[in-house]
Amino acid sequence: MNQKAVLVLGGGIAGIQAAIDLANMGTKVYLVERKPSIGGRMAQLDKTFPTNDCAMCILAPKMIECANHENITLLTYSELAELQGESGRFQAKVIRKARFVDEDKCVGCGECAEKCPTKVTDDFNAGLGQRKAIYKYFPQAVPSTYVIDPDHCRLFQGKKCGVCEKICKAKALDYGQKDREIILDVGAVIMATGFDLYDVSPLSEYGWGKSKNVLTAMQFERMICASGPTMGHLKRPSDGKEPKNLAFIQCVGSRDVRHKKYCSAVCCMHATKEAILAHEHYPELSSSIFYMDMRAVGKGFQDYIQRAKTEYAVEYIRARPGRITENEENLNPIIHYEDTNTRELKTREFDMVILAQALTPSETNASVAEKVGVSLDDFGFVSPSQDPLNPFATTRKGVFACGFCQSPMDVPDSVVRASAAASKAAETLASR
Amino acid sequence: MSDALRVGVFVCHCGTNIGGIVNVPQVVEYASTLPCVACAQGNLYTCSEDGLSTIANKIKELRLNRVVVASCTPRTHETLFRKNCERAGLNKYLFEFVNLREHCSWVHMDKPDQATLKAMDLVRMGVAKVSLLQGREDLSTAVLQIALVLGGGISGLSAALVLGNQGYRVELVEKKEELGGLLRFVNRVFPTHQPASELVDPLIDSVLRHPNIRVHLGAELTQMKGFVGNFEATIKENGESRELNAGTIIVAVGAQAHKPKDVFGYGRFENVMTQLDFEGRCGGYDTFDRVVMISCVGARNEERSYCGRFCCIVGLKNAILVKEANPRAHVTILHRDVMAVGKLYEEYYRRALEMGITFVRFDKLRPPKVKGSGRRAEKVQVVDALMGREIELAADLVLLTTPLVPGEDNMALSRMMKIPLGMDGFFLEAHQKLRPVEFPADGIFVAGCARYPAEISESIAQALAAAAKAAVPMARGEVVSDAFVAEVDPALCSACGRCLSVCPFGAVDWSEVGAPGHGKKSVAEVNPAECKGCGLCASSCLSGAIRLPGFTDEQILAMIGTQG
Ligand SMILES: Cc1cc2nc3c(=O)[nH]c(=O)nc-3n(C[C@H](O)[C@H](O)[C@H](O)COP(=O)(O)OP(=O)(O)OC[C@H]3O[C@@H](n4cnc5c(N)ncnc54)[C@H](O)[C@@H]3O)c2cc1C
Ligand SMILES: Cc1cc2nc3c(=O)[nH]c(=O)nc-3n(C[C@H](O)[C@H](O)[C@H](O)COP(=O)(O)OP(=O)(O)OC[C@H]3O[C@@H](n4cnc5c(N)ncnc54)[C@H](O)[C@@H]3O)c2cc1C
Ligand code: SF4
Repeated sequence: MNQKAVLVLGGGIAGIQAAIDLANMGTKVYLVERKPSIGGRMAQLDKTFPTNDCAMCILAPKMIECANHENITLLTYSELAELQGESGRFQAKVIRKARFVDEDKCVGCGECAEKCPTKVTDDFNAGLGQRKAIYKYFPQAVPSTYVIDPDHCRLFQGKKCGVCEKICKAKALDYGQKDREIILDVGAVIMATGFDLYDVSPLSEYGWGKSKNVLTAMQFERMICASGPTMGHLKRPSDGKEPKNLAFIQCVGSRDVRHKKYCSAVCCMHATKEAILAHEHYPELSSSIFYMDMRAVGKGFQDYIQRAKTEYAVEYIRARPGRITENEENLNPIIHYEDTNTRELKTREFDMVILAQALTPSETNASVAEKVGVSLDDFGFVSPSQDPLNPFATTRKGVFACGFCQSPMDVPDSVVRASAAASKAAETLASR
Repeated sequence: MSDALRVGVFVCHCGTNIGGIVNVPQVVEYASTLPCVACAQGNLYTCSEDGLSTIANKIKELRLNRVVVASCTPRTHETLFRKNCERAGLNKYLFEFVNLREHCSWVHMDKPDQATLKAMDLVRMGVAKVSLLQGREDLSTAVLQIALVLGGGISGLSAALVLGNQGYRVELVEKKEELGGLLRFVNRVFPTHQPASELVDPLIDSVLRHPNIRVHLGAELTQMKGFVGNFEATIKENGESRELNAGTIIVAVGAQAHKPKDVFGYGRFENVMTQLDFEGRCGGYDTFDRVVMISCVGARNEERSYCGRFCCIVGLKNAILVKEANPRAHVTILHRDVMAVGKLYEEYYRRALEMGITFVRFDKLRPPKVKGSGRRAEKVQVVDALMGREIELAADLVLLTTPLVPGEDNMALSRMMKIPLGMDGFFLEAHQKLRPVEFPADGIFVAGCARYPAEISESIAQALAAAAKAAVPMARGEVVSDAFVAEVDPALCSACGRCLSVCPFGAVDWSEVGAPGHGKKSVAEVNPAECKGCGLCASSCLSGAIRLPGFTDEQILAMIGTQG
């Protein structure tokens, strides 16, 4: 008899959608997420192209649906350790990492974090803000349980503390908690491990990390998001002033033989969106997007670009900037580029520059792929099987993939592919 | 209800979305003074686990029998909050949603004080209404485990097969005498260059041999009745009418390749053809020495604003195939942007560049000109946008890269099945991001080029996604629908028929009832399984015969009546 359960690896929008579809068909689903909350990258975005709905507003109900679904077991802050068996009869060993906070007791009130003395750079806010050593991944985290980061917690670093335990009314702290191992019997596996952001500091010509007013797109998303570190206000990191003009530089590390040869697929559109949002926040603000090809191929995307030009003061400049220097007086970044129309070398100063960094497979993809027993392509994305009629199959039977871990793609495509992978998994469970 | 009313009011900050403008504590304090309010409180995020359990706990602790949440939009959050009431033992229809974000804080960002006053008004109205709500039970309808798939291209075939393999019966209706769709005319497919037939033929074979799939060739839909769970389709198959019953429907009727009119010498010169014309010749890649392709013909212009999504890749494919067959051939692609999006196609593009295929960008305002004599095109002139000057290319073949355009039956199908078309003429999905293969009406789904141009792998993805969505109600065997549906009072109905024409979901129909004194009369009847509770019929009814339980006159008047 085949097992009637499915293991989904990765709780971004792709993993969430696949889990919900299967669960709605009556299939038991285990959703394993590495981070303390499901949500993935979409939870970090402000609004989303091409309809500009607020990412959290459309994602939160899905996260909650997952959490409340009778057929879904959420295993957050967990990772796959081993996958044995074969299609129809897999055995997965999953490690549930110690949170040092009891998931059943924590009410998510946040008093612990308020009192915790240790500040840590906030990864969720793309390094722009700070969180505490005990923290909730983001305000709408599912589950809403806090977690201790043992690499920074004073107690775990051998110092005296324990403030959180004293303050917690729910008595949820458990400093002695250990990683736990659980075994799951499943019939099929869906990989939805998503993506990470390429480190742009080696592209020193663009000055990220040196020039304060040069940000990555993800940092910009967090900055313009109402729940982000600046509460949605655009502030130049150098002086806190509101910028009047922005430049967006595309293909930073993408389509570049020295870095990532492929096109990251979503950045032409997210830069356009970010420029639109900035103008919505500050009607005086204008933006310039430096690009190679404006790859707006999805449904409604061309109209979106047109609106950006006509209604939101977005200028598109076809040029690949050579370098960025800094005006020493006001710390404005200065872009050096060749005007492709006149072939002249030009410079232009902006208040802030946003880099569309390349997007890469999840940093854990190689190790998960090894455990799951599927192969990756040269870039580290999950390779599809040889069968062109089944673009969700992997090189291991019974294991499917969807979303960004297969290839760069936006939310609509990830959602479609997630449902498709769910179909294939259901087919596997149905066959004997 | 003998029990005294105990209303709980929960006001959400929505981070700063509401709390940054509206003074939430003030609204909460005000709410607690309203009649029958047993508790009022604010939450940072009411939809978080936290916020939800607070509400559930309050319902139990204070035995609340009505709940108002003042936060965002019912579109995304109503189900969640209702379920939460249910979880705490309260009938989910005793809940009222007040939208403070879209209706207040977002639209009055620059007037925080007035926004707060308005928020107080909205909450007061919500409390007035919730007090008049009655508990109700959901409606359930049985679902036939049969899917009707319209269109036998790669999308329809893939959907049919995956559903058949899961044990559902499938009726596959194809208009033409043959399965396979557009791909029957495509020679080789990118980026592997394998013959399209190698891909499609085995699929067709599996479908034709599948015990759960019945194929209807040369068949067209002529009428559609019913609703999710039990659709009744009439098709005309080889001239004969036939009824098919199905629980769900997948629309996969594809699209057609655009044929330009009177541009670039198309129709005048025999060696100017579209990519599809060229593919139809099946080979002969080595018979040309100077090939010029023009991209975006009939796309990204005033007439048709969208991008054909994969036509650049079709151009790359045929350029590479020509160059491979005849390395001495000069192949030039005139383009406006090379849309080689993503992982595979950037590499494909680079391969073309490395093979020596030339790419020349032109400006939309200065399109290329095709020149020739007699029936033959001889050269193409174009202003190279990068160099800023005109160049001339000799050509023995000019290929026009055109986008897919909506299928010819889209309009008729849209009317027959009451499913919407977008401005571009393709079928319009329910939500572009989160419901890309669904329609507003339940039980009907869309896949492939019927929705928007999609290459093979995307078409298959959408087909399987649509199949997953269709499998859900079929696996459950029933659909449960909202109890706030319109109700007709037959005694008041004057049979004017306005409601039938306004209902976007086709939920209203005639029914015969006994009339006092003289036999029978026809009156409007709402099918609760199809009604979405939008209220269009109720507001259009001149006789006051239609009532919508969640929005009765009594409730609305009470809301307005509380105004100071
Ligand atoms: C700056 C920026 C702006 C964007 N804007 C938009 C937009 O406006 N509209 C749009 O449509 N798209 C946008 N995108 C793209 C969008 O973010 C992606 O399409 C989407 O997030 C992909 O979803 P996913 O679930 O495949 O991957 P992710 O969102 O990356 O989710 C993957 C999940 O898997 C988890 N995971 C990883 N490895 C493991 C492991 N080993 N075990 C368990 N779990 C693991 C991760 O922690 C994560 O939660 C944007 C992207 C960026 C970078
Ligand atoms: C020139 C060209 C080259 C291409 N090359 C490639 C390539 O190399 N690689 C690639 O991935 N993609 C390629 N494509 C795209 C590919 O053709 C599509 O992805 C694919 O055809 C989409 O399949 P579909 O089922 O959605 O639509 P279609 O193929 O259009 O099939 C729809 C089917 O529905 C039927 N139908 C229509 N109306 C009705 C009705 N009212 N009732 C019942 N049936 C109806 C039609 O007869 C047809 O059989 C190419 C397209 C073109 C035009
Ligand atoms: S989507 Fe645009 S910016 Fe991103 S890599 Fe592709 S071409 Fe460059």
